[in-house]
Amino acid sequence: MKIGLFIPCFMNELYPNVCKATYKVLKNQGLDIDYPLSQTCCGQPMANSGCSKDVKNLAINFVNTFKDYDYIVAPSGSCVSMVKEHYAEFFDNDKDYNKIKASIYEVCEFLHDVIKLENIQFDMSFPYKVGLHNSCHGHRVLKLGTASELNIPYNSKLENILNKVNDIELVELKRKDECCGFGGTFSVAEEDISVAMGKDRIKDHLDSSAQIMTGADMSCLMHMDGLINRNNYPIKVMHIVEILAGVRP
Amino acid sequence: MSTNHNHADNAKVFVANDERMHWHDQALWFVREKRDKASKSIPEWENLREFASQIKTHTMANLDKYLLEFEKNASEKGITVHFAIDAKEHNEIVYKLLKEKEVKKLVKSKSMLTEECHLNPYLEQRGIEVIDTDLGERIVQLRNEAPSHIVLPAIHLKKSDVSDTFHEKLGTEKGNYDPTYLTRAARAALREDFLTAEAGLTGVNFAIAQTGGVVVCTNEGNADMGASVPKLHIASMGIEKIIPRLEDLSVFTRLLARSATGQPITSYTSHFHAPIEGGEMHIIIVDNNRSQFLASEKNKKALNCIRCGACMNTCPVYRRSGGHSYEYVIPGPIGSILGSKKEPEKHNSLPFACTLCGSCTNVCPVKIDLDSQLYSLRQDLGKANLIDSRKKMAMKVTAWLMGKPALFDFAGKVARKIVPKLPNSILYNKSNVWGRQRDLPKMPEKSFKEMFIAGELDD
Repeated sequence: MKIGLFIPCFMNELYPNVCKATYKVLKNQGLDIDYPLSQTCCGQPMANSGCSKDVKNLAINFVNTFKDYDYIVAPSGSCVSMVKEHYAEFFDNDKDYNKIKASIYEVCEFLHDVIKLENIQFDMSFPYKVGLHNSCHGHRVLKLGTASELNIPYNSKLENILNKVNDIELVELKRKDECCGFGGTFSVAEEDISVAMGKDRIKDHLDSSAQIMTGADMSCLMHMDGLINRNNYPIKVMHIVEILAGVRP
Repeated sequence: MSTNHNHADNAKVFVANDERMHWHDQALWFVREKRDKASKSIPEWENLREFASQIKTHTMANLDKYLLEFEKNASEKGITVHFAIDAKEHNEIVYKLLKEKEVKKLVKSKSMLTEECHLNPYLEQRGIEVIDTDLGERIVQLRNEAPSHIVLPAIHLKKSDVSDTFHEKLGTEKGNYDPTYLTRAARAALREDFLTAEAGLTGVNFAIAQTGGVVVCTNEGNADMGASVPKLHIASMGIEKIIPRLEDLSVFTRLLARSATGQPITSYTSHFHAPIEGGEMHIIIVDNNRSQFLASEKNKKALNCIRCGACMNTCPVYRRSGGHSYEYVIPGPIGSILGSKKEPEKHNSLPFACTLCGSCTNVCPVKIDLDSQLYSLRQDLGKANLIDSRKKMAMKVTAWLMGKPALFDFAGKVARKIVPKLPNSILYNKSNVWGRQRDLPKMPEKSFKEMFIAGELDD
């Protein structure tokens, strides 16, 4: 089983340690991981800004880069959902794209569904109160968890995985899956709403006595980390793979 | 990009009053929670949504047939059916009917269509007094404001605002904020209007092709008063209000109030199938740019909307920016679709007043793919050159850079060398919108790619 590691462009530049943690978590499961160097960006920022036609070359580059892997795994629900949901317009039922669409996973989803929960072993302790921020694209598009709006049986792949970590305490939030207001270029174009949403999301975590806010999308966490640092809120953000890789706050 | 209709500018003003913004957010979140509870009390909820979606999609695909069936059956019941191509024609028909009967005062129940057609000012300019009789609508009418929500028109106002308005317009006690007192005062004033109006106009929630009648759902019974006391009843509806059969109605009445307010059903579900004795009943069926949705593969499901308002209540942007920030008759996710599709130049900021979180799509009782439509409308605006030119250029440059892995890596390397050395006055300059209220992430020494190439991962 050959796995291609897909690292979102901004994470490669700004969060190499989270990328490293992703690599480590997968390696720890004894998996064969490759990191193809020709990857850049999935094109989501342009597409969400109404410029999807500028994304075609990036989509073609992405498919060429990853078409020969059995699985493509990324530490971002959002970038994975871009490839899965919005690339079809560039590929007319293309065999390589169809294969990628069926074999690309957010990293926790991959561990949960492909490696299977019962087979993953995390032998580490994380003795902190943790709030899980369910980033929207992973949560509602990839369905990593049951959205609070729906009347279907509850499940959360991220909670299931975090519950395998020793000594962790997941806190109950008032709004389980409210958006944090990052939204890509929304964070700049609608700055005031974006900031208000981010602060409200952080407050929900603080009110629940969380020491750590975690999630499966670094972009949302980057937005809230920016607010936390600016306002000296007593909470830290950590990507979920950092917890799974044994990183301490 | 037009600055007159920029959602972000309007939102900025709303957010600036932090206490009020949070009060608004919490009031609507409360409604959203009531909706969650009500929807989860029905085990077959998700199936109902699917049925509703299929009924509506089928009806829209066969709308020509059902409209004619409706017209035939309504006519046989003594109801006169009119068709209006646009708002102007709708208003002209209403005015003609009122003029024939020498109507001086018209009582109206809630109708977003008449808001869309700007009927009130049209009639007022022609000397007809128009009284909105839904309590929330009456409040905003007295304040010369537009509704800020389609189900809760005065949700942007506090008790104290209503009290001040009623004191000024209805002569209630100054400073009496008691909701019961204020409601009774409105009720007494409206009772007088019901008894003296010569005509009543209602909206329509559902028009049943099979029976030729219309159904109006209210909580206040005001539509019943308006339709039953005066001799002339006019019902205005968009072409999309048709449903095929009476039995289909049950699917929608089970979904509508639960989605809207968390009630099992509206207090009144009134069926109008004939004029009252000695009276006249007219139904005006309006297109006003709806048929362009029928022709659009990507947007036609927007016509399935039953105007429950659930997408507004759940929208984290709507809750924090208020209905007026959209500057379109229908705010929130569905309004952003309808407004930007109908008038893209004017409402080009609306599809971007959204984080694509997808919560709206999940609450929609007729399963409109709201977030997907907002995404595709952004692409339509991009292709039509209706997005901010700086943003467009930035995206083009980024896409170009990302298409060249080596150059992208080099740019990152340069940034990691330079940025940490910059003083905050330059790093957080005015053009750095991100950094106005947020810290930037700290630049690492190396990118992940550099760490990988240097073999530093397996330490």
